[in-house]
Amino acid sequence: MTVKTYKRKLDIKNGRVDLSHGSGGRAMTQLIADIFHEALDNEWLRRGNDQSAFDVVGGRMVMTTDGYVVSPLFFPGGDIGSLAVHGTINDVAMAGARPLFLSASFIIEEGFAFADLKRIADSMGEAARAAGVPIITGDTKVVERGKADGVFITTTGVGVLPDGLDLSADKARADDQVILSGTIGDHGVAVMSKRQNLTFETAIVSDSAALHGLVAAMVEAGGYGLRVMRDPTRGGLAATLNELAHQSGVGFRIAEELVPVRPEVAAACDLLGLDPLYVANEGKLVAVVAPEAAEKVLAAMRAHPLGRDAVIIGEAIADENNFVQMTTSFGGGRIVDWLSGEQLPRIC
Amino acid sequence: MKHADEYRDGKLAHALGARIAHEAHPTALYHFMEFCGGHTHAISRYGIQDLLPANVRMIHGPGCPVCVLPIARIDMAIRLAQRPEVTLCTYGDLMRVPGSNGNSLLKAKAAGADIRMVYSTTDALGIAEAEPDREVVFFAIGFETTTPPTALAIRVAAEKTLKNFTIFCNHVLTPSAIQNILESPDVRELGRVRIDGFIGPAHVSAVIGSQPYNFFAEEFEKPVVIAGFEPLDVMQAILMLVRQINEGRHEVENQYTRAVKPEGNERAKAEVAEIFELRKSFEWRGLGQVPYSGLRLKDAYAAFDAERRFDIREVEAHDNPACECGAILRGVKQPADCKLFGTVCTPDTPMGSCMVSAEGACAAHWTYGRFRDHARAAS
Repeated sequence: MTVKTYKRKLDIKNGRVDLSHGSGGRAMTQLIADIFHEALDNEWLRRGNDQSAFDVVGGRMVMTTDGYVVSPLFFPGGDIGSLAVHGTINDVAMAGARPLFLSASFIIEEGFAFADLKRIADSMGEAARAAGVPIITGDTKVVERGKADGVFITTTGVGVLPDGLDLSADKARADDQVILSGTIGDHGVAVMSKRQNLTFETAIVSDSAALHGLVAAMVEAGGYGLRVMRDPTRGGLAATLNELAHQSGVGFRIAEELVPVRPEVAAACDLLGLDPLYVANEGKLVAVVAPEAAEKVLAAMRAHPLGRDAVIIGEAIADENNFVQMTTSFGGGRIVDWLSGEQLPRIC
Repeated sequence: MKHADEYRDGKLAHALGARIAHEAHPTALYHFMEFCGGHTHAISRYGIQDLLPANVRMIHGPGCPVCVLPIARIDMAIRLAQRPEVTLCTYGDLMRVPGSNGNSLLKAKAAGADIRMVYSTTDALGIAEAEPDREVVFFAIGFETTTPPTALAIRVAAEKTLKNFTIFCNHVLTPSAIQNILESPDVRELGRVRIDGFIGPAHVSAVIGSQPYNFFAEEFEKPVVIAGFEPLDVMQAILMLVRQINEGRHEVENQYTRAVKPEGNERAKAEVAEIFELRKSFEWRGLGQVPYSGLRLKDAYAAFDAERRFDIREVEAHDNPACECGAILRGVKQPADCKLFGTVCTPDTPMGSCMVSAEGACAAHWTYGRFRDHARAAS
């Protein structure tokens, strides 16, 4: 642990971040030591360098980065800290890779309470430890009040790919099966339930979770039958399927009644005029799998706690228009299009 | 949710579809206009036309408040928002409606205007109370459903003697628009639009009741069935319309009895009557000037009228000449008939208002139904 030579301890209970905490002086060092190192502690951070060295293994690596600006910062089932860990781990994992390390960069608004920052850092540390993916380097900046909204976090992740595995969004082919790992809409509705001007009572919690364990089980079961995986975050399942359709040059046909939605999520969406297909998820994945591997992959998913409700929701079809078509539970047909603008409650 | 699911049951839908196909005479045509955007959305969202026989067709009506707002009113709202002292509060989908010269509230906001998205009049009122230094203007639009909440907000603002809250009033009336369509040359003289009956508004009728439609049923000899916004409501209403036509009746029937009473909601109507009065005329996109179809604040509440407080006037503005929103809102054309549809005009880059709101005919067809155009072209 870094030797503490500070005259006075950080007043975590009442103190706030001020500009001196980003200025590179003693105050910044203390903030990093008392909040971030304390929460994220591991052998790499303990060495106190501006970078961390680690051994590399043979084969191919993956790398990804993601910015987190969620509002509110704390929501049922998580917070910006756990989200920043899970989200980036998931982006690494969607390649079929095993995540190794994360970095974290914080942009903090002047006036942000130490207590909230500590809560976020603790939650990151907990999420990283639970996932077995340590945060080994980071950065802290403070900007003037009004130039950020509390705190923004950027995390970068690196991981290593199993030999020969090459998942890609251009690999879906007609007849491939589309597997969804569980219910949709939980995260978006949980966050919206806490929005300032939209507070409503609900028991819905975010599904925020690290999916690399589930992915490892799928890779073991399905191997080269896995074409592509993606986590349907912003824009929801609809955006993900449209992206894959365009990148692979296919269409998809799904059945609405097969897509799992919690009754309370469906009810909240109804109330707000939202379609769960477009609502964000943070602990779900969509996998496009070769027909012969689909049942094996599905069984492996269902045996994992994060894939218990996994289900085949449809299949890829040949379609030069790259439409995502859906048979509605009502019996008619419709397109599931990209989202335009934001989803908004109806006004008439 | 269980409650809502009952109105979306696929098995019941198929049974109703079969019933409609059985009762509709194969040689007759049944063209029904659904007035409300809420119905348009349900029809597209659930793929209802796939469950109907080919001779039963739905024509989309003008009942989408965002769609019928003329470009001149959008321009006025933008000018209001550009005033440094003004905070304009608006429903989200109005933000993207194109005004003149490709401008929109969204672009005005990006350029620095203080425009905030709200979910209700109450939100706007809250902002006015919290920020007494700002002139808070609520962009009030909508049919009879959204008028009572606006009236209530005005009453609350008056009681609290709020000095910094006004509304930019664009509330319009459903019956005047239906009458305008039925009297239009397209329907009456030229026969360009065949309308055999109407699906009457859901939420609007919960406020105004079913009585206002008696006039159309009698005068124009068209059946009206008031229906809820759930897909099974719409299917059942279609069956009721088919039966009226087969039996030579033209009556007002109420499918939506769980919400609509003949006299409507007396309290809401009284609240509106206390605060608002009729404008002599109001412009609708697609329909032009429609007499006695819009509301404004009574003189007693003039202090809450943004048009009077800021002395903004309507400047004439014209739609893009290639945009067919007008004809589509009158039911004369279908979205796919428009040259702009799906080429330069999509929900991401809307040229006309019908492509903006989820209740607009073009947006609904683009978002949910355009695969049918491709399937038709391919066969």
